[in-house]
Amino acid sequence: MSTTTTTRPDSPRPDAPRPVKPAPTSWMRLPDKAARRRMAALSRAELTLLVRNRTALFGALLMPLLMVGFLLTMADTLGLDDGNLPLAAVLGTSAIGMVLLMAVYSTLIPAYVGRREERVLKRLRTGEATDSQILAGTAVPAVVLSLMQCAVIIVAGSAHPSLSTPVRPDLLIAGVLLGTLMMTLMAILTSAFTRTVESAQITAMPLFLLAMATSGMLTQLDTLPDRMADIFRMLPFTPIMDLVRAGWLDAGGGDVTRALLLAVAWTVLAGYGIRRWFRWDPRQ
Amino acid sequence: MDMTEHVIEVTGLRRRYGSAASGGSKAGRKGGVTALGRKRGGDTGAGGFEAVRGLDFQVRRGEVFALLGTNGAGKTSTVEVLEGLARPTAGKVAVLGLDPFADRAAVRPRIGIMLQEGGFPSDLTVAETARMWSGCVTGARPIQEALELVGIEDRASVRVKMLSGGERRRLDLAMSLIGYPEVLFLDEPTTGLDPEARQQTWALIRRLRDAGTSIMLTTHYLDEAEKLADRLAIMHEGQIVHSGTPAEVSAQQPSRIRFRLPHGVLPAHLPTSLRAAAHGDQIEIRTQDLQRDLTELMLWAQQQHVALEQLNARTASLEEAFLDIARQQPQLEGAL
Repeated sequence: MSTTTTTRPDSPRPDAPRPVKPAPTSWMRLPDKAARRRMAALSRAELTLLVRNRTALFGALLMPLLMVGFLLTMADTLGLDDGNLPLAAVLGTSAIGMVLLMAVYSTLIPAYVGRREERVLKRLRTGEATDSQILAGTAVPAVVLSLMQCAVIIVAGSAHPSLSTPVRPDLLIAGVLLGTLMMTLMAILTSAFTRTVESAQITAMPLFLLAMATSGMLTQLDTLPDRMADIFRMLPFTPIMDLVRAGWLDAGGGDVTRALLLAVAWTVLAGYGIRRWFRWDPRQ
Repeated sequence: MDMTEHVIEVTGLRRRYGSAASGGSKAGRKGGVTALGRKRGGDTGAGGFEAVRGLDFQVRRGEVFALLGTNGAGKTSTVEVLEGLARPTAGKVAVLGLDPFADRAAVRPRIGIMLQEGGFPSDLTVAETARMWSGCVTGARPIQEALELVGIEDRASVRVKMLSGGERRRLDLAMSLIGYPEVLFLDEPTTGLDPEARQQTWALIRRLRDAGTSIMLTTHYLDEAEKLADRLAIMHEGQIVHSGTPAEVSAQQPSRIRFRLPHGVLPAHLPTSLRAAAHGDQIEIRTQDLQRDLTELMLWAQQQHVALEQLNARTASLEEAFLDIARQQPQLEGAL
C-alpha cells in the first residue's frame, strides 16, 4: 500500500457499494504503520505552512545564525571568552542552544496557537489521529530543520582550529535530542498561555531570556559565583547546554549525570503542564 | 459489518459543565444560558450548568435522524458526547455498539464528523487540505472524488482563506465523507450556505442515506429537518420535548383556527364544543381535529349569518411545535 499517492488502486469507485471496513483485529495489528502515515500527512501540511510563512521561516532558519553573529560582535563587551572555554567553543555550543530556542521553541509556539485559533486542532481531534500524533505531527518540520542545523553547526565547528570533533558524541546527541524534546513540549505548554499568533513573540520571552541568561551562552558559568552557578544549573535550559558542552568539549563543568536527570525532570514537568493546561479549543 | 439495528443508542445522557452547583431554578436556567455561551468560547462557567438533562433516543441504521432545537438547547453538547469528544456526566451512549470515548480508536475509522465550527489551515489549498485529511483516514476516497461530491473540485488549487463561508462548509463536509463513514455526524451542515448550495447538500445527504449511511444531523432550520429527517427529536433546555417522524411530531401538535368576531357577536355565542379562547374580539381554537371543528364553525356561522373576519386555519406543523416551545419560554425568544 503506497503512502504517497493520493488515489490508491484499491480505492472503490464512486458508484461502488461502500467497502466493508477492516475488522478491528486487522487494524489493531498495524497502528504503527497507520500512525506513521498520519504523522507524515500532518507533517507535510505543516511543512507547507512553514515554507509559506516568511516570518516563521526566517525565525527558524536565519535567526539562530544572526544571533550567533550578534554574540560574535559583542564577544568583547560580554567577556564571552572569560572563563575556561575559548571563544569558538562558546559560540559553537551556543549556536546549538540558539537553534533549539529559536528554530524549535520560538517557531512552534505560533504554530500551535495558529492551528488552535483556526480550529484546526479541534477538527483534527474528530479524526483518527490521536492527541499526541496531532501535536507531534505539527512539530516535525521545525524539529527536522533544527536537527539539520545542529548537524551543520557540529560539522562546521569541528573543522575550526580551536575546536575538535565531539569528545563524547553520545552526550552531545543526548543533549540535542533532549533539548529538542524539551523545547517542543515547552512550546506546546507556552501556547496554552498565548492568545494570538502575534502575542507568541511576547510569551516566548520569559523562557527565552532566562535560557540565554543562565545557560552559559552569554557568560561562562565558571566565572560566576559558585552559588549563582549552582542555581543556574538547576534551571530548565542549563542542563541541556551542560550536556552539549560536555558532549562536544568534555568541558563546561557540572555533573553530567545530574544534568541528564535535571533535563529529564524539566521535560517530564513540561509534559505534566501540557496535560494540565493545554487547550484544544480556540481562545478567540 | 456490525448489523445492530441501532447505530446510536443513548440512555439517560446527562452532561454538565463547570462545578456541580444546581441550576434548577428559573434564574439558574437563565444563568445557564450564559454559561453555555461562555462554554462555546471555550470556557466552563464557574457556577456549573447542566446542558443535557437526561436524553434517551436511538438512531437506526440507514436513517437520517435530526436533532432540532433553539440555540443553547443542548444539541452540540449531545453530539460532542456521541462523537467521542467528551465524556458523559451520566448515562450511556453507544455508537456502532461501542463507547465512542473509550473505544475511540475503533469507532473513529467508521464514522465521519463535521463540526459546527471546524477549521482547516487558511494557508493550505483545498487539495493540500484534502491530502492532509485523507492521510489521516483509513481507506480514504480519492481526493478528486471527495471534492466532486460537494462540488468544489474546481476550487482545488485555491487557498482555504480565499474560499467563501459556504465553500468552507462544503470542504468540511467533503472531509467528513472521505473515509466512507457508516455513521455521519453533521452539526448544522448548511448554516451559511446559499440556497442553491443548500439544495445540493440536501441532495447529497439523501444520496448518502440511500447508499446506507446513517446520518445524525443537528439543525435549527425547520424546513431542513422536515425535508431530510426520517425521524427527529426536538430538544429544549437539555431535554427532548417531542420526537418521532416529522409527520408524527406535527400531529402531536394541535391545529388552530383564528378569526375575529364582528361587532355585536360575543365569544359566548360560539358553540361550546369548539372550546374557543378569546383575546378581545380575537378568537383562537386549538384542535386535534381540524376538519370537524372547522366544519362546525362554518355551519354555525352560516346559520347565524355571522361573517368571520380574517379567518385563518392552519394544520399542525413542526413550526407550530417549535413556536410552542418558544411560547412556553418567552425569555428564550431572543435565542431563536
